[in-house]
Amino acid sequence: MVSDHIVKSFDDELNQLVSKIAEMGGLAERQLADSITALSRRDEELANSVIEQDARLDILEEDIDAHVIRMLALRQPQALDLRAVIVALKISAELERAGDYAKNVAKRALTLMQTPTVGPAANTIVRMGTIVGGMISNVIDAYLHADTIKAKEVRARDHDVDQIHTSLFRELLTYMMEDPRNITACTHLLFIAKNIERIGDHVTNIAENVHFLVSGENIAEDRPKSDFSSSTIVAVEDKAK
Amino acid sequence: MAQALRISETLENAPVKAKASKVQVFYGAKQALTDIDLEIPQNHVTALIGPSGCGKSTFLRCINRMNDIIDGCRVEGDITIDGVNIYGPGQDVVQLRARVGMVFQKPNPFPKSIYENVAYGPRIHGMAANKKQLDDIVIDSLTRAGLIDEVKDRLDAPGTSLSGGQQQRLCIARAIAVKPEMILMDEPCSALDPIATARIEELIDELRNNFTIVIVTHSMQQAARVSQRTAFFHMGVLVETGATEQIFTNPKDTRTQAYITGRIG
Repeated sequence: MVSDHIVKSFDDELNQLVSKIAEMGGLAERQLADSITALSRRDEELANSVIEQDARLDILEEDIDAHVIRMLALRQPQALDLRAVIVALKISAELERAGDYAKNVAKRALTLMQTPTVGPAANTIVRMGTIVGGMISNVIDAYLHADTIKAKEVRARDHDVDQIHTSLFRELLTYMMEDPRNITACTHLLFIAKNIERIGDHVTNIAENVHFLVSGENIAEDRPKSDFSSSTIVAVEDKAK
Repeated sequence: MAQALRISETLENAPVKAKASKVQVFYGAKQALTDIDLEIPQNHVTALIGPSGCGKSTFLRCINRMNDIIDGCRVEGDITIDGVNIYGPGQDVVQLRARVGMVFQKPNPFPKSIYENVAYGPRIHGMAANKKQLDDIVIDSLTRAGLIDEVKDRLDAPGTSLSGGQQQRLCIARAIAVKPEMILMDEPCSALDPIATARIEELIDELRNNFTIVIVTHSMQQAARVSQRTAFFHMGVLVETGATEQIFTNPKDTRTQAYITGRIG
């Protein structure tokens, strides 16, 4: 980014912080991908492994917390360095939360394995998961390369996730109206969709943090909001058509 | 956390280079230090912090018996280096000061050439058999002090012709030329600008691979940046000592807390 510090160990500590974030990002991305594969393939073993692996993200977050506190106390970072340290703290919290959602997807995948399949909703969830997984990967790239353009692209991508979530919401409501026996599975699928949508929101926050890290300013323009699931009503007539 | 653990583990496992036991110092009737017990870990930087008059410089000067030259100063208790009491009978003070070098607040190069400033110590201690060996010591010391690139073409220039930061690094080169085991630094950066200060701090970080360093500093931030172990002195008493990270994130004593957060001074 900029030239090295006169005190080399300061650079070492900053670089370690960046690698830890990269490691967390990679892990969170894999956790999400695995949870969705577990869902679509009804893979119990994989779902259990996701649930277990979440602890690794928690440990990494604690590690980053301690690293940041140490750097704030001992290095007194300023300007770009101060932003780097604060942003690392915030990003690690977002990734930890993203991991929690992936773990919840895996838990619900285990539950769904005991119910019959409902329509093609799982395919839509796979598509959503692929987009959000790509967003995690891209936002970590943007972070590692201080790339604000890429960060903005990631943020814009969340629009697609929101749209899929809204349409999936309608779809699942319809299945439930068609046959009450679908309600259990559809409710879990709704939560899964919501979890993935929330991961997208956390990734968006990371993108905004990357922008702040590089420029020192918050992203000015408002993000288009496309998640209308909270105001969606599927009327009974819809079903009749 | 891994990083933090690593540092505190190396601290725990570090051999004790110097150890003060029940050290008391009096200037005439006035007691300056009371019952100081402190272990200095080898190949680490120990920072002594505390408000003016707390006794931190007095303690530093006990470690190479610099207080001996002050009239009316009396030191009680033991300070051992590698287990040997430096205040014990038969201790050669000149030899001790070669083992325990000192760098002062204001850079104080001799009114001689850069070369002579560094060569002086090794010459009087008979460390070089010939000119070539002496040259090697001078070049090596200036290299370790991170000064060689700036002075290699003008070793004959007066030491005082250098900038403040360069003079201080020259004094560090002079101190390490006699191959000491410990280096005591008394406010080594207080006369320097932030960039020269950062250079010295980087140098201290490198030097600890080969030396045990004790530094007195008014700047708590500097103590946090350069040291692995911090000792907080207040009114002639050693209030708290611990891993620097612990002292600056979670001090145990309320006086330490008050001092490092700017509530007493």
